[in-house]
Amino acid sequence: MPAAVKAPASLRRLFDEIGTVDHVGIEERVVKYTTRSIKKKSKVFGLRLAVSMVDLTTLEGKDTPGKVASLCQKALTPHDTGGIPSTAAVCVYPAMVKHAKKHVAGTKVKVASVATAFPSGQAPLKTRLAEVRAAVNDGADEIDMVINRGAFLSGEFGLMQDEIAAVVEACGVARLKVILEVSELETYHNIRAASFLAMRVIRPNDFIKTSTGKTSSNATLGNNQVMLEAIRDHFLATGVPIAMKPAGGIRTAKQALHFLIAVKETLGDEWLNNRRYRFGASALLNDLVRQLEKERTGAYQAPWNFSEATEGY
Amino acid sequence: MPKTLSPSKPKTNPARELVFGDLWEFDPAPETADPKLKKKYDIFINGRFVPSRSGKYFATINPATEAKIADIALADASDVDAACSAAQRAFINWGRLPGKERGKYLYRIARLLQDHAREFAVAETMDGGKPIKESRDFDVPMAAAHFFYHAGWADKLEFLAPGRQLAPHGVVGQVIPWNFPLLMLAWKIAPALAAGNCVVLKPAETTSITALKFGEICQEAGLPNGVVNIVSGAGETGAAVINHPLTSKVAFTGSTEVGKIIMRSLAGTEKKMTMELGGKAANIIFDDAPLDQAVEGIVNGIFFNQGHVCCAGSRLLVQESIADEVLAKLKRRIAVLRVGDPLDKNTDLGAINSAEQLAKITDLVKSGVAEGAEKHDNGCKLPAKGFFFRPTIFANVSMSHRIAREEIFGPVLSILTFRTLEEAVEKANNTAYGLSAGVWTDKGSRILKMSTLLKAGVVWANTYNKFDPTSPFGGSKESGFGREGGKQGLLDYLTVH
Repeated sequence: MPAAVKAPASLRRLFDEIGTVDHVGIEERVVKYTTRSIKKKSKVFGLRLAVSMVDLTTLEGKDTPGKVASLCQKALTPHDTGGIPSTAAVCVYPAMVKHAKKHVAGTKVKVASVATAFPSGQAPLKTRLAEVRAAVNDGADEIDMVINRGAFLSGEFGLMQDEIAAVVEACGVARLKVILEVSELETYHNIRAASFLAMRVIRPNDFIKTSTGKTSSNATLGNNQVMLEAIRDHFLATGVPIAMKPAGGIRTAKQALHFLIAVKETLGDEWLNNRRYRFGASALLNDLVRQLEKERTGAYQAPWNFSEATEGY
Repeated sequence: MPKTLSPSKPKTNPARELVFGDLWEFDPAPETADPKLKKKYDIFINGRFVPSRSGKYFATINPATEAKIADIALADASDVDAACSAAQRAFINWGRLPGKERGKYLYRIARLLQDHAREFAVAETMDGGKPIKESRDFDVPMAAAHFFYHAGWADKLEFLAPGRQLAPHGVVGQVIPWNFPLLMLAWKIAPALAAGNCVVLKPAETTSITALKFGEICQEAGLPNGVVNIVSGAGETGAAVINHPLTSKVAFTGSTEVGKIIMRSLAGTEKKMTMELGGKAANIIFDDAPLDQAVEGIVNGIFFNQGHVCCAGSRLLVQESIADEVLAKLKRRIAVLRVGDPLDKNTDLGAINSAEQLAKITDLVKSGVAEGAEKHDNGCKLPAKGFFFRPTIFANVSMSHRIAREEIFGPVLSILTFRTLEEAVEKANNTAYGLSAGVWTDKGSRILKMSTLLKAGVVWANTYNKFDPTSPFGGSKESGFGREGGKQGLLDYLTVH
């Protein structure tokens, strides 16, 4: 391919098709979500919905089967008082999939695994695909892959899409979540473009996801909004519903409610469930449970009742 | 080889439309701060609240519930005369006070407005019907910002016109509308005081409360008696303020109709005037604009404050190639606008200010339907009591329709299309008004070109309804003359020799 028709030309063609994003306008739109005031029953509904959408995540070098077991237990029963739903999934490294599967097999909680040389994706395609297959063989229900940001930024959209398509194939029956790693794409324009490129090669109800959680900036209401609008436009144009997962940086119940309001007002009721929307988070779950306990008992629990630890309380 | 999910065989939703239903309803979230209202409000003359000489009062109601809030004293010509005399006496000292000292009072007023922000926001919402999120996040903070800004100018007036002599007018008569009661008061009083004038102000009949509460702020700030006087009442009171021999300058914000009456009555007098009148702004969307953000701007432009905004973007001009897409996006956006109790923090559109205004809006919307435009609204439930109107969009509007020519002053948008830039400019300028306009395009050079071709006092680019104390605001043609805000606005309160 001659160098002249690379990045600028193909990106421009793509924007002619999908339209651009105004940075200031997006920021203005999302501020309005943060002024919504969610009280009483609607708050409990929102908090419980958020719990059911959490992909409870541990992605550390020091993860052990023991920690994963504890994580699974918490995903199944986020709190010992009744009525709090289990989370959507646990999210672990491929080596931990078989340990997680032991604990959650037969329950509603799915095992999600990051794969494809997470978080950088800088490994040969063969290696990345082998990792995906290994995780699926060990029992992963869902695969979180990273896109080839280098290919996107240098305008090689075909390469980026081919790699995603290859991972789709390697997934088999497993759901796929395509991580755009928005902080490395930098602009809202790029986030919209990458969302469309990914959505065109994945299956209905596969996910696009903001971040790995391993870089300086992660999910924000702004990039969440850009991706929700991309999903909406894609759905209205093709009829294919794509799911969404913001990940990283959502630590408080209040933030989670703001994200859910964005979903309610951008995509509507059919996305307000854990098949179409997830939170990639670890500390968030404890704050959700803390707030639910406060709503149940009318008072905040002592600070030592809930820690920031993913696997504990 | 693992099994595969069936390759993207799209499971299509036949309707292929989004569902904005009631899966997650929000509970009421009312603002509960105490507005500290009195049962009865007297007029504010010479630093004191006094009953009107006639002893007459009129009721002010909450447009969201139609319940009476308070009795307001009705000032007549003799009360206005007393107010003007008090202002004239106060001017002897106030006009000579060093700018630095005047600035201190203005800073104090600004800080007191911030201290009482929640109280004022709730009072404003109860009396006028605007949603609490707007009075809380826009009206009150912006009013304080105007006092801060002009406080800074008070001792720097000489830099407004270097080498020239500046002097205040003396007593200034001001009449303000009901759409932004406190904010319009701030736009008027802050520059007048900074320049060294004394003020007699008449608030709108339906929204006097925050103006009279502002009298309490003046007392708390220790403002010298008579510098600010507030006379409540209807049109006759306003006429008395405007025509009083002691008012050497008048500032009016309101309808073009009343503006013309005032100008006629002042013809041949020496009085200086500034007029901020009606508008029928064009919001112009080119096909290369970021559409979702343009839609957000359109919604902000027409549904902000229930469309009770003189610069509301009430005529949407869309390039023909994207007209269907923009209409579809707009319909989807208004589906999630919440109409209801203005005191609820989640309300996007509150109550229409008065029964009279609601009747006017209803009448114009009927004419739109009768003349063949295509009407869409979000079909939401409206409260049983109070004055409410759904956010409404008219498609297929042509330039001859009444809804494209007359100021509706309500949550009603008329969509017209254009094919070329020249046509857009032609249609945008084909109106008696010239207050504001909006341009949405990705192309910077086109923005600059449009801003010179559009005959409007304010042209917003890729945004709408943005205000700042530093930025002059005002119109051309039948939208009035003179500016408010910024250096230009302040100069209108001074004579330059």
